[in-house]
Amino acid sequence: MGAYLFRRLVTLPLMLLGISAVSFALLNLAPGDPAEMVLRQRNPAETPSSAAVAAMRAELGLDAPLPKQYARWMFRALAGDMGRSYVTERPVAAQLARRTIPTVLLTAAALGLALLVAVPMGILSAQRRGSAVDAIARLAALVGAAAPSYALAFGLIILFAVRLSWLPALGYGSAVQVVLPAIAVSLAPMAQLMRLIRASMLETLGQDYIRTARAKGLSDKTVVIGHTLRNALLPVIGATGVNLGYLLSGAVIVETIFSWPGLGQLIVGAALTRDYPVVQGFVTYIAVVVLLANLAADIALRIADPRLRFGQGAM
Amino acid sequence: MTGDTEKAMERLPRTFIHGGSRRRWQRAGLLREPGTALGLLLVVSLLLVGLVAPWLPLDDPTQISLSHRLHPPSMENLLGTDHLGRDTFSRIVHGARMTLLASAATLVLSMTIALAVGIVSGYNGGWTDTALMGVVDLLLAFPSLILALAVAGALGPGLFNVLLAAGAVWWVGHARIIRGITLGARNMEYVTAARAIGASNRRIFLRYITPNILGPIIVIASLDVGWIILGIAGLSFLGLGAQPPTPEWGAMLNDARPFLQTAPRLLLLPGAAIFIAVLGFNLLGDGLRDLLAPLPNVQVPD
Repeated sequence: MGAYLFRRLVTLPLMLLGISAVSFALLNLAPGDPAEMVLRQRNPAETPSSAAVAAMRAELGLDAPLPKQYARWMFRALAGDMGRSYVTERPVAAQLARRTIPTVLLTAAALGLALLVAVPMGILSAQRRGSAVDAIARLAALVGAAAPSYALAFGLIILFAVRLSWLPALGYGSAVQVVLPAIAVSLAPMAQLMRLIRASMLETLGQDYIRTARAKGLSDKTVVIGHTLRNALLPVIGATGVNLGYLLSGAVIVETIFSWPGLGQLIVGAALTRDYPVVQGFVTYIAVVVLLANLAADIALRIADPRLRFGQGAM
Repeated sequence: MTGDTEKAMERLPRTFIHGGSRRRWQRAGLLREPGTALGLLLVVSLLLVGLVAPWLPLDDPTQISLSHRLHPPSMENLLGTDHLGRDTFSRIVHGARMTLLASAATLVLSMTIALAVGIVSGYNGGWTDTALMGVVDLLLAFPSLILALAVAGALGPGLFNVLLAAGAVWWVGHARIIRGITLGARNMEYVTAARAIGASNRRIFLRYITPNILGPIIVIASLDVGWIILGIAGLSFLGLGAQPPTPEWGAMLNDARPFLQTAPRLLLLPGAAIFIAVLGFNLLGDGLRDLLAPLPNVQVPD
């Protein structure tokens, strides 16, 4: 465990360096001159003069060679300075920080909902394979995986806010307002988790030690709770990174529909106005979060699964 | 070099290579499983509709007629008209064409990159493998939709830019799987044997490695189309992809936002179209996976 942790922690800075390089490359992939674009953003009426563009290039530090620009950007980012938005001229890091809480609330609610449904449904459908419960669970997983979160969000608004007036359609601030967006975000990860848990339950239930437990005369409940569950839920930890990706991607789209003041709204607006420092800062931020979440999940997996710690089946 | 030895050998490993999948294909039949049959039906109808859309007797999907704004469904306009008086049915049908074209282009682009990276990495091994998989690991930290959103934002709005962006980010996970399969196939005894009797790299690759990769690729691709459709329509919905008046499902949803209360069908219909298309490809993909290549649980030592 110690050696493994050490190896992972050593490669972490390398990964962070790579992430910053990818994010930086994104900005330089863009066609057009950012300096000119900033001037056009600030004053759409007139075509900026070449002198003004040159001055802006110097102001933004775009006149330096690329490696120097990258080094400067990276060191500033390390110090928590991710530059300023081209559009609002506000610091990117502060905007990201302010927008993080609503997105965390939304994704946490969605994850909670997904687990709340997926874990019992996945277990039940594996335990009673071929039954009506299983059929319903599998159908739900199919529907959940195919339903686009954005269309689903509108469907939810039309049904629960417009027709039935049970829940508010938009806004942020009270607990009921999180319900509809959380459902819209949770469906895709819910479907994925349900399939994952069902498959891994089935695999675990087929193991020899489960047959032994049953042969000892243990009840179904004891077998499932005491012997199967812990093993069967391990893949859920392993899928943390993937699920975080689903949740964040869903949140990005769904936030724009529900006027949810989170990171998603920020990034979509920035992408549409080509506000590169914001896009760059956001992408870096998310990648670092996913990287750290994966690291945490790997460590948790090793704590929960002794087989991984002691060589056998080492990954 | 050839000679009888290799010819005799070739006959032997082919059964191993295919794992009897061809026979299983015939025996089980793609249609036995009702879900798969439904998926096949949906996908084939979608392909047909998309293919012949321009020649169907439909209204021009971009023809604006302000005197026909927001008409409810009728005999003339089966699904009614939108806020600019355009026929919704025609726009949905033409949208199938757009979606299929964009998804196919994205699929080809991302698969080409995935195959190139995966095969080079798995076949060569060594530092090439280490370097390429390092890049893959790095890119896996970026959720693909978010990376595609950033790339599409950098390139500027447009359906072409969106499919470039999606293709450029979608390959990452697949490259790892293809690398694993290539690596596994390369270490098979029949490959070692072929190499021992002097078969060229090219021959080994085409003759012994390719058949192993083919099944999984078909499965990955068919399971992928659903994700790609969702992703591209999602980016168009956000305003980054297809621009008005292009009949594209995601863009139609975006267009219809202000009519949430007055004409909810303008939102529900494109949404249903996306759902049905994705469901069809997912069902077909699941069926193909069970049938063709129970994806070898690629456990590759790092």
